[in-house]
Amino acid sequence: MMDTLVSVFKDNGLVLSFALIGAIMYISYFLSAKLTRGRIHGSAIAIILGLFVAYLGGLNTGGEKGLADIGIFTGIGMMGGGMLRDFAIVSTAFGASFDEIKKAGLGGVISLFLGVIVSFVFGVVIALSFGYTDAVSLTTIGAGTVTYIVGPVTGSAIGASSEVMALSIAAGLVKSVFTMTFTPFVAKYIGLNNPQSALVFGGLLGTTSGVAGGLAATDPKLVPYGALTATFYTGLGCLIVPSLFFVVMKAFFA
Amino acid sequence: MVIYGVALLAICTLVGAFVGDMLGIVLGVESNVGGVGVGMLLLVLIVDALKKKGKLELKSQEGLNFWSSMYIPIVVAMSAQQNVVAAVKGGPVAIIAGAGSVVISFLLVPVLSKIGQKQRNAEAITPEYREEPVR
Repeated sequence: MMDTLVSVFKDNGLVLSFALIGAIMYISYFLSAKLTRGRIHGSAIAIILGLFVAYLGGLNTGGEKGLADIGIFTGIGMMGGGMLRDFAIVSTAFGASFDEIKKAGLGGVISLFLGVIVSFVFGVVIALSFGYTDAVSLTTIGAGTVTYIVGPVTGSAIGASSEVMALSIAAGLVKSVFTMTFTPFVAKYIGLNNPQSALVFGGLLGTTSGVAGGLAATDPKLVPYGALTATFYTGLGCLIVPSLFFVVMKAFFA
Repeated sequence: MVIYGVALLAICTLVGAFVGDMLGIVLGVESNVGGVGVGMLLLVLIVDALKKKGKLELKSQEGLNFWSSMYIPIVVAMSAQQNVVAAVKGGPVAIIAGAGSVVISFLLVPVLSKIGQKQRNAEAITPEYREEPVR
């Protein structure tokens, strides 16, 4: 019976991964609601759990592909592989519209560009100080500091190692969780109490879940304003980081 | 039909990937240069145009909606297949980069809020601008 079950799992790898990731999502949203009272968004917990099972998988097999190295879980590799990932990321642009960005005004647009640039440069500086010297790794870690999506999208486009990609996801994740957690505490010190500052906040931080979670805990009325600019942040990052930024980085670091 | 939306998404992704690869060759960097971003840009423009003409029916939008709601689960699956064991050694990089960028961005909020504030005050005079619901 066990053999039959294993062979069913192996023959239906992608389908199994849907069930498995579904379970991870369920547990994460449950933990988010019960343990953090929604303060830390379920999606962030789910990604933490994802990295955690990858860690367990790696310890078990000594391989480089986390959970996907374990025989019956190879379907995870297909679901989270580059093809479906890029497909799903492109689809998130559905619902955004350039009429919306006009509402964000000049301040919103400046904050978007500055937000991507500042996070990227900061990530690169930290990576440099930890001894990374090649343009590919530096760009990928900088990209991860932009968001946990821009990191792996950039990393796989320019051929980074899985280790560096994992770091870039982790950097983006830390950014997202920090934003969710600390926004309500710093809100009054940074003047985050009106629509305009919420727009700027969304453009600067850019991590959609972090911005939405942080603003919801501060003042739910501000969420739509922050979300308006944050929606464009990852797209902008995916557009300019693997292109413009990478070319600039290549010019500086061999 | 649902497949129309999915097909539109597929075409945008493919064109983006192609443009990205071509750019990579032109720039001589052997990588996909901004392909995903190009795909997103295309999708926004095409969806915008189709919606204005009333040519994007609800069923087609469902196809797009499905994939955009699969985005986080797919990111979780992606996380589950990274080389985390090796990355743990470099963990401090991720924590410092992530946390530090949040601090810097927080500090920039009051600075940039001022830039927009003048403009917003000027624009807020037109009543429809204020009343327009923002998603």
